[in-house]
Amino acid sequence: MKKFSISSILSQLLLLFFVIIWIIPTFGLFISSLRDKDLLAISGWWTSLTTTEVNEIYRMSGMESQIEEDGYFKIKGKLFEDNSGKKIESFGITSKKINEFNIGDVAIFKDESEVLLDEDGNYEWRSRTEFKKKKGKRLFTTSLSPPAFTFENYREVLFKEGIGRAFVNTMAVALPSTLIPLIICSFFAYSLTWMKFYGRDTLLAIIIASLVVPLQMSLIPILTIYNDFGALFGVAAKSYPGVWMAHTGFGLASTTFLLRNFLKSLPNEMMEAAKVDGASHYDIFLRIIIPLSIPAFASIFILQFLWCWNDLLVGLVFLDQVPSEIILTAKLKELLGSRGENWEILTTGAFVSMTVPLFIFFALQRYFIRGLVAGSVKG
Amino acid sequence: MTILNLVFIVFLGILFFIAYFHISNYILDIYGNKTLKRYNFENSIRVIVFIAPAFIVLFIFILYPVFETIRLSFYDKFGREFVGLYNYKWAVNDPEFRRSILNNLVWLLVVPTLSTFFGLVIANLADRIWWGSIAKSIIFMPMAISFVGAGVIWKFIYEYRGPENTQIGLLNAIIVSLGYEPQAWLTIPMWNNFFLMAIMIWIQTGLALVIFSAALRSIPKEMLEAARIDGASELKIFFSIIIPYLEQTILVIWTLITIIVLRIFDIIFAMTNGEWQTGVLANLMYDWMFRGGGDSGRGSVLAIVIMIGVIPILAWNLYKHRQEQKI
Repeated sequence: MKKFSISSILSQLLLLFFVIIWIIPTFGLFISSLRDKDLLAISGWWTSLTTTEVNEIYRMSGMESQIEEDGYFKIKGKLFEDNSGKKIESFGITSKKINEFNIGDVAIFKDESEVLLDEDGNYEWRSRTEFKKKKGKRLFTTSLSPPAFTFENYREVLFKEGIGRAFVNTMAVALPSTLIPLIICSFFAYSLTWMKFYGRDTLLAIIIASLVVPLQMSLIPILTIYNDFGALFGVAAKSYPGVWMAHTGFGLASTTFLLRNFLKSLPNEMMEAAKVDGASHYDIFLRIIIPLSIPAFASIFILQFLWCWNDLLVGLVFLDQVPSEIILTAKLKELLGSRGENWEILTTGAFVSMTVPLFIFFALQRYFIRGLVAGSVKG
Repeated sequence: MTILNLVFIVFLGILFFIAYFHISNYILDIYGNKTLKRYNFENSIRVIVFIAPAFIVLFIFILYPVFETIRLSFYDKFGREFVGLYNYKWAVNDPEFRRSILNNLVWLLVVPTLSTFFGLVIANLADRIWWGSIAKSIIFMPMAISFVGAGVIWKFIYEYRGPENTQIGLLNAIIVSLGYEPQAWLTIPMWNNFFLMAIMIWIQTGLALVIFSAALRSIPKEMLEAARIDGASELKIFFSIIIPYLEQTILVIWTLITIIVLRIFDIIFAMTNGEWQTGVLANLMYDWMFRGGGDSGRGSVLAIVIMIGVIPILAWNLYKHRQEQKI
């Protein structure tokens, strides 16, 4: 833009405002997933971006670790790991006065034992008489903590908490649930566009009507069919093939509709020429339609894949909620419901679940947008 | 099931469909080449081969369920005994149902309107600024994320801790730093609905944005230039040229988001599970499907109410399709 008018500056500021509002939530989750899991539940994620003052409570070791030295019984140890980069500013020995002592001061407990603390968290607790308690006393510290990020949460969550397996399960649901409709709908759309048969227009109208039928309409009848089918053949009612077919059913109308719109735009002469040369419909489909449709396939693949990957309801209804079948979104929902110590699994799990959509988003944004603009209406 | 088994059945499942089409067409090709007289006969078999899988799936998963759901809505909870309008009467008198209908209506009013509005404003702003495409990418990004993932993200905005604790939710931290009491946002009746809607708007604005961006390019440059030369302000151009010009697109996006919102389930299920008066129809239906062994009659009634919401859109789509066929 050539001119720097007030209105141009205003619109820049307004857009910046929107961008900031839109990115903050995701950014917060990303930062949270990189934080120490103990800090996650006690301080806001934004505090980890700067050096901050944190108040913490630590417990010193008990009697087993005492040694006798210079006429004292001593217990030595560390309050926290070296690599955390924390520097203690002051400390206290009761919850009432947590800033009572500075580094270098000797704090004296009621039982006349004394404690010395340096800023890195090394302490020396000494007493003239032998320590008799299994648990050590508490120290209240106030320290400065620099921004510290770690991939520890990811390592833990991927391999220990079943998120890794849920990732594999989600892939096993989403990939066939995308490819199967793509295969059968491309033939369907082809025949709706280039083959003449009785009832074609009615079929097309049914497809257009099905575009907006909410999938809730199908849940109960299909679940009944699956239960009957399972009982009849002695197989599990909830299974991967069952989910694939359900996703295929729910994605069928929109996939067919989008593909047909694309196929309609191809020149008729090409098909006619091929037919005159003696090509069968299958030849035309393989040799002409498929190569020409790659961009359309890519758009539809992305839309349907993201839909299946991000789905919760279908996975919840048609799969058992057991480790070998649970999908990522259902797992996350489970974690969201349970309160308390699971913050690091929740944040990291959420980010793991987003890796695939975000990769698709950034790598294939062009096709994604093209698919959406082509008019995705999903039932 | 081990991962290896899983990979195997995934592979098998996809291969099955490829094999079906390939083998059946291969047989037809050999058979059809023998005699040209049979071309028409071969052709009609080919149509069946091409259509059959999709049609069977369409029938089992969409067409049959629509009629079955209507039937079940007149039957008892096991779908065995005819009970007439009993389930419908239950729904009308059920306070939870009325609450859900009301919530659904508010969702339908607020989310499509605001998403469309923000989408249009942002598309218009981004179109004229050099870093506009980056801004569009950022605002569009939530579209790629699952509703549940979005729920986790927004938990860090809405999280509540008692007044004596450090707040770890952004909204409460801001409120506290301004000197107010922290609030448990998601448990305040009526208002909590709007906090949940904010998540949906955050997601759907991206959809509106990309479609508007594409549509904005279709506005003739000359028209905008002429207006600017005549001294029209950007605001005036926005309301007098851009909005009227994009009327059709606005309608399409509004309908699109309406259909998505009508089925809204995941966000509420993950964030509040319908508690604190946040339930909508889809959540209530899920409850009735599984609550106490399930009640297919009541569940079906709820599904039908959702369906009724899309019928005007369905009729409009069919009407438009007819018009196109005529041309």
